[in-house]
Amino acid sequence: MAKIKLTKVPFNGTPEQETLLMNKLETIKDLPGALMPAMQTAQEIYGYLPIEVQRIIADKLNLPIEKVFGVATFYSQFTLNPRGKYKISVCLGTACYVKGSGDILLAIQNKLGIGNDECTPDGKFSLHETRCVGCCGLAPVMTINDDVYGKLTTADIDGILAKY
Amino acid sequence: MSNMINVKIDNVPVTVESGTTILEAAKQAGIKIPTLCFLKEINEIGACRVCVCEVKGARSLVASCVYPLDREGTEVFTNTPKVLQSRKTTVELLLSNHDQNCLGCVRNQNCELQKLSLELGCDNKKYAGEKTEYPQDLSTPYLIRDNSKCILCRRCVAACEKYQSVSVIGANARGFDTHIGTAFEKDLGDVPCVGCGQCIAVCPTGALRERDEIDDVLADIANPDKYVIVGTAPATRVGIGEEFGYPIGTNTEGKMVAALRRCGFNNVFDVDFTADLTIMEEGYEFLDRLNNGGKLPMLTSCSPAWIKFVEHYYPQLIDNLSTCKSPQQMFGALCKTYYAEKIGVPAEKISVVSIMPCTAKKFEKGRPYQNASGYPDIDHVLTTREMARMFKRKGIIYNELPDEQYDAPLGIGSGAGLLFGATGGVMEAALRTLAEVLEGKELTKLDFTEVRGIEGIKEAKYTLAGIEVKVAVASGLANARKLMDLIVAGKADYHFIEIMSCPGGCVNGGGQPIHDAYTRNNVNIRELRAKALYSTDVQMKLRKSHENPYIKEIYDNYLGKPNSHKAHELLHTKYVKRGI
Repeated sequence: MAKIKLTKVPFNGTPEQETLLMNKLETIKDLPGALMPAMQTAQEIYGYLPIEVQRIIADKLNLPIEKVFGVATFYSQFTLNPRGKYKISVCLGTACYVKGSGDILLAIQNKLGIGNDECTPDGKFSLHETRCVGCCGLAPVMTINDDVYGKLTTADIDGILAKY
Repeated sequence: MSNMINVKIDNVPVTVESGTTILEAAKQAGIKIPTLCFLKEINEIGACRVCVCEVKGARSLVASCVYPLDREGTEVFTNTPKVLQSRKTTVELLLSNHDQNCLGCVRNQNCELQKLSLELGCDNKKYAGEKTEYPQDLSTPYLIRDNSKCILCRRCVAACEKYQSVSVIGANARGFDTHIGTAFEKDLGDVPCVGCGQCIAVCPTGALRERDEIDDVLADIANPDKYVIVGTAPATRVGIGEEFGYPIGTNTEGKMVAALRRCGFNNVFDVDFTADLTIMEEGYEFLDRLNNGGKLPMLTSCSPAWIKFVEHYYPQLIDNLSTCKSPQQMFGALCKTYYAEKIGVPAEKISVVSIMPCTAKKFEKGRPYQNASGYPDIDHVLTTREMARMFKRKGIIYNELPDEQYDAPLGIGSGAGLLFGATGGVMEAALRTLAEVLEGKELTKLDFTEVRGIEGIKEAKYTLAGIEVKVAVASGLANARKLMDLIVAGKADYHFIEIMSCPGGCVNGGGQPIHDAYTRNNVNIRELRAKALYSTDVQMKLRKSHENPYIKEIYDNYLGKPNSHKAHELLHTKYVKRGI
């Protein structure tokens, strides 16, 4: 594992979101162990933990920013990446995997230039490895939001993504 | 009465205070339990599992560094086959994700992992498998982080946070992906790291090391067109001996001078000289601020990590910093102006090398406003450790050298200048001069013991010629932060504050010889080194900066008087706001 990759999606938080966060931080900032609830709240508000939001938390709780980042990257409940407008989930369950979903995943990664749980810089697509989606007969399978695509080959990828 | 209990360590009866850890109790029983992550007071986290022991009745092995003995009759076994096997496996697993390039490593033969591997009889290839990959951080001029050698003990993280309150490094990600890094994975050069090097001093392996400049220095010495001058900082002489087997706290100044001369430097000078000069410039600057309503408290400016700390974390106090360059920079400035004229060598042909107990000095030499001659005041900075490596590379038999003297004029320093190496030393040196200048008569007692000692924060009041002067001294930036917070809050009325970045001052600087955790935990290294400075000072004839004949000469013949226009041009500097 190398360095953690940070999202290239620009931060687009609203003043309303910031007010919500600040109000919560104000109520918990003097409590011991305030960092976890602060980060959970922030993620509820923003959907992920952008750099800018981690800085707000560090300032308000008077903690070093590296402490916040360390916790954000330790717990799997936190994500540093926003979810795209279209969420692509590629099934890596046993059936899909033996039918070649690993290649499908690779093809999408190459096409979009993003890794697992990352989001394209324009915020359009995010890519997620997932386990069985319950239609092994269609393996290999991926979903884009509520659309299901089965019996995929790598040649299908460009055409499918072009629809979004 | 404290609550004493009787326990048995490997069947040896020991009486200890309730709450004593197994690690400490075992020492009483004559057993050294190996440790890796443990550093007394700053990193007691029981994480590495190298110090495990068996406690009779306990379900599993316990971490002896954090296991308190609080029950009468507890029986501990520190070296059963089960314990030894566990430690061995732990270290073998650590080695499985370590680059094991010992031969080219700067910490070879001074590495705690290497030593443990040997002691525990490890098979270093036992768990050959995937290794983490992480680029070396080469972004600063003072240190290199190489995570391929990191064992995640977090001692550097603790030093950065507990000693310095800087906290720019920590553990990122989890499990096999865990690595020590910065917020948002920035390079160290892009975060408010102050460059103190305390992380290097506590690193058990070669994951952290200084940026080595030995080759540059050797190249300059070998270049017939270069006139190469070396100057040594006060604390180096009480550190270097440790690299050649002398006990901690031995002053080997004479041998150090002899060794430097044998390296081929054209002059061997002493930065103690410009420490004396700093006292003159800073002392008169202080008097000027005191008498003319200048910004107070005045903060000393010798310690470059401290300067960077203020620029990052307290930019509102930049005007409180003395404008004096540090002794290192004054030294370089004078070598390339005053001394260059004296010997008739143009500044561009002079290369000035400083030997420092410090890594931040490597940053300082590249700061703006540090080029009095039009060329950088200082060309290369070697830490005390690099100096030792240079001697070894040059084949110098250090221990058998005669004691030699520094060259005049820039090699002559007073006892006051020497004290710059320990916390409180700059203040004491300044007080010796201020007291005599203000009172106009000779001091009967030269020792200002109130500002001595290794406590983190010291304060004292002196009445000098009817003026009450309140001073404070802090070492370790976490302590400095406490003082600065008081000043910012308007709750402090000090006139003059000395800050040294490293706990205990430069004697314990990030560039000094490295000792393993066992030594750090059981020996007060900084106190022993400081003692060597104070005992040298007391034996010196020349103990006051303003009485240094070469200081008098340089003012009479070159600078005019302290804080003159020329002195300002050569010896003073400016600071920049950096933010966090």
